[in-house]
Amino acid sequence: MPPSTPTPTSALDELARDETSRKKFLRMMGGGGAAAGLSVLLAACGGDDKKTASTSTQTGSEPAPSGSSGASGSSGGGDIDIVNYALTLEYLEAEFYAEAAASGMIKDKKTLALAKKFGETEQTHVDTLLATVKDLGGTPAEKPKTAFGKVIEGGPEMILMTAATVENLGAAAYLGAAGLIESKDILAAALSIHSVEARHAAALNELVGRGFKGGGALEGSVPDGAFAKPMTMEQVLEQVKPFLAS
Amino acid sequence: MSTYKDPELAQIQVEGTTRAVFLARATLSAGAIIGAGSLSPFVSGAIAQSGGGDVDILNFALTLEYLEAAFYEEALAKTKGLSDDVRKLAKELGDNEAEHVDALTAAIESAGGTAVKAPGVDFGGAFADEKTFLKFANIFEDTGVSAYNGAAPMIESKEVLGAAGSIVQVEARHAALIRLKRGKAPAPQPFDKTSTMDEVVKAVTPFLK
Repeated sequence: MPPSTPTPTSALDELARDETSRKKFLRMMGGGGAAAGLSVLLAACGGDDKKTASTSTQTGSEPAPSGSSGASGSSGGGDIDIVNYALTLEYLEAEFYAEAAASGMIKDKKTLALAKKFGETEQTHVDTLLATVKDLGGTPAEKPKTAFGKVIEGGPEMILMTAATVENLGAAAYLGAAGLIESKDILAAALSIHSVEARHAAALNELVGRGFKGGGALEGSVPDGAFAKPMTMEQVLEQVKPFLAS
Repeated sequence: MSTYKDPELAQIQVEGTTRAVFLARATLSAGAIIGAGSLSPFVSGAIAQSGGGDVDILNFALTLEYLEAAFYEEALAKTKGLSDDVRKLAKELGDNEAEHVDALTAAIESAGGTAVKAPGVDFGGAFADEKTFLKFANIFEDTGVSAYNGAAPMIESKEVLGAAGSIVQVEARHAALIRLKRGKAPAPQPFDKTSTMDEVVKAVTPFLK
């Protein structure tokens, strides 16, 4: 039973009210069926108070029995690991934008608004992936302890350059993981996040002036030319190490 | 605020075209060059392919890429008053689309299929000025992203899926760059929408002749 819908304030609120879009999105999120799918959707959409939404809407669906193997057929432990991997990266991104926005380092209003918007999107990805792991009967990865201090102290240019690189990394990570996903529903959801990471990456690399092709592997608005290159989990973890607190 | 359905996309949707007709149209226009006598094998080939799994999806993608490549090529030749930076971007995007056409054609052939030919196109008033060009480019790129994202989960081969993922990432980057030029949010939603093949066909049919 869906909770009563508040006045629509976001695209996802709109989605919750629109029958056809909702069906499409539920198909996309899939996993534990319509009820669980809706809880994922509502947990993700919360607008200004997403934290309360994510707890209150979970109760509607039967919790998946933890530890039961093969409960949902095609989406086994492999998918849980991949979603947790994505969750960890999204935690990292969301935390970085949150710290950067709160630091007061970004003075340009438009840039600050963009950073905030991107950060909200990453937080929505966190909420959604976290709910998805639960739907699959898994244990969500914990929020990693991060170390962005030096980057943020480096000022707005270093912050944006780092964000641009990290978004390219995120896009490459999703691309590398997509082929390993077993469930079509999880794959569809991952792809719909993958292209958003790519949008973020292109926009930020353009804004920091790296140009179309850019310089290094993760630098540029379309850094790999016509065909984006995937990265393996090992390659991605190597790149994010500097941002993790030891 | 953006709504979930792109109103600009909705405006150009028309009713009553199926995927088979879409593929047939793409091949028909190529047949027209060869001559009326060779039309029927092309059409039956296209319709046969429309039930053909990965090859069908690849041909669907190829038609979209042909459309995008032609769009940028014409834009560079015809758009009045293109600024230098938009011209440079259109060239870069068009070059990427042309590479996608080549790669998809090769992928279809290596899978034992027959690649559709370039469709005949008519972009109407899209090149009246830079603003109009960017608006149409925005529609094509966002449609491309939603088309790949919608079709990709149906792909059977991991290799083809990898290729589609690699291309859709580039389409999403294009969409963001065009959106920035328009002063629009580069990533309007936290999850990119997906379109079914039929929805995409409806959206792009007005540009095929």
